[in-house]
Amino acid sequence: MRSFYGTELPNPLMLGTAQYPSPAILEEAFRTSGAGVATVSLRREGAGGAGQTFWQMIQDLGVHILPNTAGCHTVKEAVTTAQMAREVFGTDWIKLELIGHTDSLQPDVFQLVEAARILTDDGFKVFPYTTDDLIVGERLLEAGCEVLMPWGAPIGSGRGLNNEYALRAMRAEFPDTPLVVDAGIGLPSHAAHAMELGYDAVLLNTAVARAGDPVLMAKAMMQAAEAGRLAHEADPIEARDMAEASTPVIGKAFL
Amino acid sequence: MTTRSVIGAGVCGLAVAAELAMRGAKVQIFDPAGPPGPHGCSWWAGGMLAPWCEYENAEEPVLRLGQQAIGWWAERTAVTKAGTLVVASKRDLPDLRRFSRRTEGCTEAGREEIAALEPDLHGFGRGLFFAEEAHLDPRKALQDLFRGLQEKGVEFHKTFAPQGLDNVIDCRGLAAREYLYDLRGVKGEMLVIRAPDVQITRPVRLLHPRIPLYIVPRGDGVYMLGATTIESEDSSRITARSMLELLSAAYALNPAFGEAEVLETGVDLRPAFPDNLPRIRRLGKTIYANGLYRHGYLLAPAVARGVADLALNNTHSEMVDEDRA
Repeated sequence: MRSFYGTELPNPLMLGTAQYPSPAILEEAFRTSGAGVATVSLRREGAGGAGQTFWQMIQDLGVHILPNTAGCHTVKEAVTTAQMAREVFGTDWIKLELIGHTDSLQPDVFQLVEAARILTDDGFKVFPYTTDDLIVGERLLEAGCEVLMPWGAPIGSGRGLNNEYALRAMRAEFPDTPLVVDAGIGLPSHAAHAMELGYDAVLLNTAVARAGDPVLMAKAMMQAAEAGRLAHEADPIEARDMAEASTPVIGKAFL
Repeated sequence: MTTRSVIGAGVCGLAVAAELAMRGAKVQIFDPAGPPGPHGCSWWAGGMLAPWCEYENAEEPVLRLGQQAIGWWAERTAVTKAGTLVVASKRDLPDLRRFSRRTEGCTEAGREEIAALEPDLHGFGRGLFFAEEAHLDPRKALQDLFRGLQEKGVEFHKTFAPQGLDNVIDCRGLAAREYLYDLRGVKGEMLVIRAPDVQITRPVRLLHPRIPLYIVPRGDGVYMLGATTIESEDSSRITARSMLELLSAAYALNPAFGEAEVLETGVDLRPAFPDNLPRIRRLGKTIYANGLYRHGYLLAPAVARGVADLALNNTHSEMVDEDRA
């Protein structure tokens, strides 16, 4: 199992902490699923320690905290937010998100690379939310990132893996880099799909938080991600065009 | 006769005082900030009595307990029972389907039904209509409650409650957090605008994947536009982003809102427990009623009844989570 900046995660599920009906349900979703990483939006919940009670609840979950720069549109904003997050949460992990397009929330990969360089130089361990573009991935690694988080589909869309081919190519291109499908996962089958491709984790929020029963959905996502990982490790069979009988017929006695 | 001392003249405190007085108890109210006003977070509320809509993102007690609200308030202030209309832009129609699955008590409204209900809504072909819901003007409701209490002889003291009082009911919202370890503040922001050219007669909710917003008519072309729900305890000012989102929602409902005057902006912290449900707690000689969150007007009647049941009859409603008298 690939480690994330030297940290082994207990399982392949990372969950966001926004949009749950209540903090109590959020907590239950983490406890029931056992998700090992919680992403937190610092920008949205206000600066200057104003979200303290809520943040304390997240910290009390006892999981790895991955603060994010959600809602940032410029390098400067993202860098400032990351620095603030380091102060508030006492972690050098940062999920770097730089939004380039309001409707698709597509990352602005040019600014992303620039911000990633500034932050890694400053000692951050950057988890960049990126597209499935190989060259961008390469530039991010050059900038000092040791993890890549390509999208499956636009944030909150729940469409699953829009471009399986590109995600496969990314896995093949970066065999030693931990890869996380971040965004677009709506169903457990999507999570399993990503893990079957050999990804190291899935990161999702809306699919769980906005489900009718977030606790149940978190559990389903965990089981699916685990199943996908086991399947990948088990080396699945190749699909083929014709049937292949599982019981040999040659040599069978004629009665 | 035992005197019950209610601390806090927001929606919770006044509703509790009204319920106690109605049941024949002797009541006095303390609030150093004075009669209901901008210092309390219920001053800034929407005033929707919408248990069915709220059930979309709340636990079951909100739906059940909230249904007591319309009748309770109608005996004390003007309540408009015109239902709630929920609409979504074309691109957010999946959210409308989800909303209808997650709630009860609505009928689907097509273009013609929407036009018949609210002719001034433009460009919405699909919606949901919750006919049983109602709304009130929160400021008027607080003032009516307050006046009603005074007429009943309930004394109001614009001071802190003296130390060592017995039979205290603490309804101070977030100000009581030092006694309620799991209470937190959740930031809400709102606007009041005047748009005499737009005629909307009932609360309208506009669904959006990130920022569901509503508009509540207050009469005379005045509308309340709300409200954000942010896990932050900073109540200093409304942010530009929030104002932009609130105004964009209004603009999406009818571009004529672009010409509206902005009369007020409001920010405050809703008191909430971890499950966002209210609690009644008796600790020593004090009963705490708190955590009404987004549902001040919707749940205050149920909370008031629960407090009165505990204080007067020693019966425990489902909202009582701790009793260490």
